[in-house]
Amino acid sequence: MDKIRSHIMVCGGTGCVSSHSEELISALKAALVTAGYDQEISVIKTGCFGFCGQGPIVKIHPDNVFYVQVTPNDAEEIVKEHIVKGRTVHRLLFEEPEMKGKLESHDDMTFYKKQYRIALRNCGLINPENIDEYIAFRGYEALGKVLTEMTPEDVFYMIKESGLRGRGGGGFPTGLKWELTSKSEGTEKYIICNADEGDPGAFMDRSILEGDPHSVLEAMVIGGYATGAHQGIIYIRAEYPLAIKRLKIAMDQARDYGLIGKDIFGSGFDFDIIIRLGAGAFVCGEETALIHSVEGLRGEPTKKPPFPSESGYKGKPTTVNNVETFANICPIILNGSPWFKNIGTETSKGTKVFALAGNVNNVGLVEVPMGTTLREIIFDIGGGIQDGKGFKAVQTGGPSGGVITTLDLDTPIDYESLKNIGSMMGSGGMIVMNDTTCMVNIAKFYLEFTQDESCGKCTSCRIGTKRMFEILTKITNGDGTMDDLEHLDALARMIKDTALCGLGQTAPNPVLSTMNYFHDEYLEHVNDKYCRAGTCKALSKYSIIADKCIGCTACARVCPVKCIEGKAKEVHVIDQSKCISCGACFDACKFDAVLKP
Amino acid sequence: MTKPESQSKTYSAGVLPKDKYDKLDQYISTLEDKEGSLIHILHKAQEIFTFLPQEVQLHIARHLDIPAAKVFGVTTFYSYFTSTPVGKHTISLCMGTACFVRGAEKIAHELKDKLNITSGGTTEDNLFTLKEVRCIGACGLAPIIMIDDKVFGRVKVENIDSILKEFKEEV
Amino acid sequence: MGIKSLDDLKKIREDSLKKVNLRETGKDGENITEIMVGMATCGIAAGARVTLAALLDEISKNNLENIRIIQVGCLGYCHSEPIVQINQPGKEPLLYGNVDDKKARDIINKHILKNELLDDSIIINTFQKA
Repeated sequence: MDKIRSHIMVCGGTGCVSSHSEELISALKAALVTAGYDQEISVIKTGCFGFCGQGPIVKIHPDNVFYVQVTPNDAEEIVKEHIVKGRTVHRLLFEEPEMKGKLESHDDMTFYKKQYRIALRNCGLINPENIDEYIAFRGYEALGKVLTEMTPEDVFYMIKESGLRGRGGGGFPTGLKWELTSKSEGTEKYIICNADEGDPGAFMDRSILEGDPHSVLEAMVIGGYATGAHQGIIYIRAEYPLAIKRLKIAMDQARDYGLIGKDIFGSGFDFDIIIRLGAGAFVCGEETALIHSVEGLRGEPTKKPPFPSESGYKGKPTTVNNVETFANICPIILNGSPWFKNIGTETSKGTKVFALAGNVNNVGLVEVPMGTTLREIIFDIGGGIQDGKGFKAVQTGGPSGGVITTLDLDTPIDYESLKNIGSMMGSGGMIVMNDTTCMVNIAKFYLEFTQDESCGKCTSCRIGTKRMFEILTKITNGDGTMDDLEHLDALARMIKDTALCGLGQTAPNPVLSTMNYFHDEYLEHVNDKYCRAGTCKALSKYSIIADKCIGCTACARVCPVKCIEGKAKEVHVIDQSKCISCGACFDACKFDAVLKP
Repeated sequence: MTKPESQSKTYSAGVLPKDKYDKLDQYISTLEDKEGSLIHILHKAQEIFTFLPQEVQLHIARHLDIPAAKVFGVTTFYSYFTSTPVGKHTISLCMGTACFVRGAEKIAHELKDKLNITSGGTTEDNLFTLKEVRCIGACGLAPIIMIDDKVFGRVKVENIDSILKEFKEEV
Repeated sequence: MGIKSLDDLKKIREDSLKKVNLRETGKDGENITEIMVGMATCGIAAGARVTLAALLDEISKNNLENIRIIQVGCLGYCHSEPIVQINQPGKEPLLYGNVDDKKARDIINKHILKNELLDDSIIINTFQKA
């Protein structure tokens, strides 16, 4: 049946189509017919290759040759040379800017090296419910090595050397955390995996637990050995039923093999893991709050010190690490800390997983080395902004972070650089916003979240975030004054300085950063009672452009409050005092005559 | 975390079936660290009773020999627990950031209008309870609503009727 | 069976490697085609169960042997869920995106049976891994 021996794959993504990939496909097909090869070679249109700046892109399968900027005029040459004579068309190969060399295979290109998967190494590659497949990809080898060849000191020293920092947001050096717990007095110690991924718009931890649960279990045992803990606890959101199910299966399989339990690898080291369910409270991502929740209490944070490494779960020394942090441990043990240190920037080593979402074409999980720029992530990997709209801002760090604008798109990202531009790494949510997003409304959205999630323990967070939310609501309703802006700014700074835990201290960030970068939008809302994005209903009124209106009456017929006046074939007018800004007229008009506020 | 007013008041459900209490007691007896497992017990109780009325909270407190105030405190702290009855189907409307920037607000308005309830409320016919939830984690399909366990992605205002219809017709 | 030493682990690893080699290199000791379906929450929400059912249905209708269906986690291409990857001996693995019931059936009837790749669905791998 194997008549077709080769496939010419042409990118059919939006970017490539706009640079004439459709015509290229026709030209290739025609050239194949002329050459008499149309029965054995087929032309296939594919999804986006994510290399849109070089489009249209052509890949010959299975030769793995990769051509860029191919025009319909090149079709004949590709067929005559590559297909018929088997010679690569060098002219069309991609030239690596730094190496000045032409590259044939797409695997060699630095572009495709932009994503480097350490934490996600097995996701989508193995069956998460089969421990043997994990073992096939060097699973549990790191644990074996640790238990048979290394002392606990060797382990935390190695992690310290690697420069790995906490991936949950704070960026505390993981090796140091382990060392501190290890050196705390007491024989009863605990290690907790924080899988309470509460940042709205972040789902990297869930993906790791669902796709590669053993990588977390194995690292927990290693962490237990390094810190002197014999009990591991996974604290996971009840909202992640599939991840819980797969974790349970993985734990049973690991127990059957003796990889958790008593006398692991014959080393005399005992370690077991239990699961504790969260119940929906964002503040439980904070480690002291999390520990209280694990104890079955209200998840309220307590003052540090004492740090959990001295007094945590049940008052015993406890280490809390995030899922993604754990997922990095085994590769470091297997490949050594120099390998890991080689990736990333001066202060931030390794890679970071981001959940790229919002108004971007290729929504998905990406794992890039630290130091990659936001532009590369959003425009190269993410394929740019949806529906051809303009980029406005990107929010990192979720409700604790801030917005980043075009000004800083080329900043290489790491823990420090993000902080310097008013945001933070956070757990890795990355929400892209286009130019129809109102920044005041976004700030309000985040404050609504934090005031709702505030545990209520300290006054500045409990009352402060609520007041900020009220002021923002007032502004988006068109009742804001210049005084409000001042109060908002003062309140934000005060909460930042006085709140008890990370949640409160970072809650004002979305407001401060939007006020900093989009001050004019705040002013417009307050002074002109105008929302340029048209999202604040109270401030947005529709109008009709007289020149474009042909008087078809379509808008007047759909208006639910009958506020559009005008006779057939005459210009229509919207009575703005009655308009409820539903947008029905805008949708109904076929002549682009309705102006959206 | 704060909740809609209707949920933070204790709700009395009167006498509930004994076999349900037995099932809960049975579960509690399997636990080693009973007090530390309060959240797990509440999860189980909510699974059995579908909600956590005053009587159930008291029952748990007495069984574990801890103050009822503590049980109440934990129940009201976490958004996952509800102390008022819920409808036959729970509509979880994702209000995560990704859904928000892709128009979840419009969907929220439409649902509230259509069902004539506010967030946390239950329709008159006891068919639907509307909950606004934080990220379900399917951001690629934003905006999302989830009815019971079924996820509907890339929801448009126009589609809401047909989605709801599916569940209305079941009855 | 318990694992008590690195050698025990190695043994299991070698046995399992034969099964998974195909996924990365296209090398295979068993001459089996693998179809991997992304079954993480987002994949399932996007309809991966329907996809899986359609694949199984076509495989049994055509009495195909030497095909193994494997459920895997998230590949990160959320924009194109459900995702299906085809690993055939001697060939580079291929990824399909937005695989609904019809496309799943086409994958068996066209790609697997006739070696005709499907239009508009192929995704190119864009990462390297440790």
